[in-house]
Amino acid sequence: MSVTVRIPTILRTYTGGQAEVSAEGANLGEVIADLEKNHTGIAARVLDDQGRLRRFVNVYVNDDDVRFEQGLETATPEGGSVSIIPAVAGGA
Amino acid sequence: MAVQTVTTASASTTTSAASVDLGPATALSCRECGHRVPLGPVFACEECFGPLEIAYDFSSYEAGELRRRIEAGPSNIWRYAPLLPVPADVADKPNLNPGWTKLVKADNLARELGVTGGLYVKDDSGNPTHSFKDRVVAQALEAARAFGFTTLSCSSTGNLAGAVGAAAARAGFRSCVFIPHDLEQGKVVMAAVYGGELVGIDGNYDDVNRFCSELIGDPAGEGWGFVNVNLRPYYGEGSKTLAYEICEQLGWRLPDQLVIPIASGSQFTKIDKGLKELVQLGLVEDKPYKLFGAQAAGCSPVSVAYKAGHDVVRPQKPDTIAKSLAIGNPADGPYVLDIARRTGGAVEDVTDEEVVAGIRLLARTEGVFAETAGGVTVGVTRKLIENGLLDPSLTTVVLNTGDGLKTLDAVADQGLTATIRPSLESFREAGLG
Repeated sequence: MSVTVRIPTILRTYTGGQAEVSAEGANLGEVIADLEKNHTGIAARVLDDQGRLRRFVNVYVNDDDVRFEQGLETATPEGGSVSIIPAVAGGA
Repeated sequence: MAVQTVTTASASTTTSAASVDLGPATALSCRECGHRVPLGPVFACEECFGPLEIAYDFSSYEAGELRRRIEAGPSNIWRYAPLLPVPADVADKPNLNPGWTKLVKADNLARELGVTGGLYVKDDSGNPTHSFKDRVVAQALEAARAFGFTTLSCSSTGNLAGAVGAAAARAGFRSCVFIPHDLEQGKVVMAAVYGGELVGIDGNYDDVNRFCSELIGDPAGEGWGFVNVNLRPYYGEGSKTLAYEICEQLGWRLPDQLVIPIASGSQFTKIDKGLKELVQLGLVEDKPYKLFGAQAAGCSPVSVAYKAGHDVVRPQKPDTIAKSLAIGNPADGPYVLDIARRTGGAVEDVTDEEVVAGIRLLARTEGVFAETAGGVTVGVTRKLIENGLLDPSLTTVVLNTGDGLKTLDAVADQGLTATIRPSLESFREAGLG
């Protein structure tokens, strides 16, 4: 499954400045593993030492927050989009 | 000054970090991992995504001299300029000059609730746009000026939209703010009247926030200062002034207990930071204090996590009349949990019916008309006393962060006591005399 991944500004040093990259994987965990293959170092920014999503990272598959779905097991349909966004925004 | 584009911590700005004058602020430091970066319009740590906070150099301050300087300062938040990320001449710049709002000694409310140790309401409806948001926006505006931005923006549940619109109007900035499309009409009008662009998003606040976070990384958002996104480290510091004012108004004394509304949780964490700074600077005597968080049951991710003993917050889909607190995915939620537990406080929530009852109780007893967030704090205060978590024999401060005129719908079922003819007979017939 090929998806488009939107990269936040603070991770673009790993993607050569690109705001969007392509990655392969049937679920979010596989997509992040594939990102790591092509953009070494990016997985350690998004995942903690136990391999879980860091608590200040929000990830959306298409428009769904993966914390409302199956986390890293959330399916990533062909042609879909993944957005990685810092969680520390907002304050009404 | 040579204007150059520098990239620090992955952020582009039109002003070099070295030229930034933000008073005692020296750097940004990650609250999670301690990684430091130069002052700039960045908000998340490039190492771990943790929130960046302002690091200060207060080493030159002597307590007595600092206290005299503050007391001689203006009757607004700039009396605390030596403790904020703002230039020394901040009071001379066009700004809304918020703060120094009333600390109401709420004796009538205390009697109703059985509080004997002194009950106070910090009434921030007295700010220029009638909510505490003027405090935080004032800080963000100074950062926006320092970093060369000309457009001020935000994601908002309403109060912030008005504060940004007004501050931008005063300072001569363009403003373009984003809100959920279904906000209370009063808040929409109070944001739109300042003449900036006001954009409704078909979604809830968390959707708006996500959109703004993406816009910031897009060329379309270049040159925009989002007060609660890329200027968030500066913005948040404005909430410290609530802690400073409460203590100064109590006679340079820490309260024993504070009840604070929780939306993103930023205000809660910054009040704690402000209290700790006053102790460290020797401006107040050190003693234990307890911080209590207040949420509406229809958006209570932090309260639910607190009660379950969790240290992470599971997001919720908000459904409450307390729209200014309707953040289902609160950025500072984990820190609220840490602080509530560390100080011996708690996080509690109340139903929408209890929110309305809280609004009416405060209005009836103290003549203070609170918005729904104030109804939440009053309702939670009552509940905390009933369940034994808040000690009524201690000095307690309850925050009202906004004006009831913004959320009239919450109490709109209340109206005329009677309609009579203009005659004494009719007056008596209605049982009024």
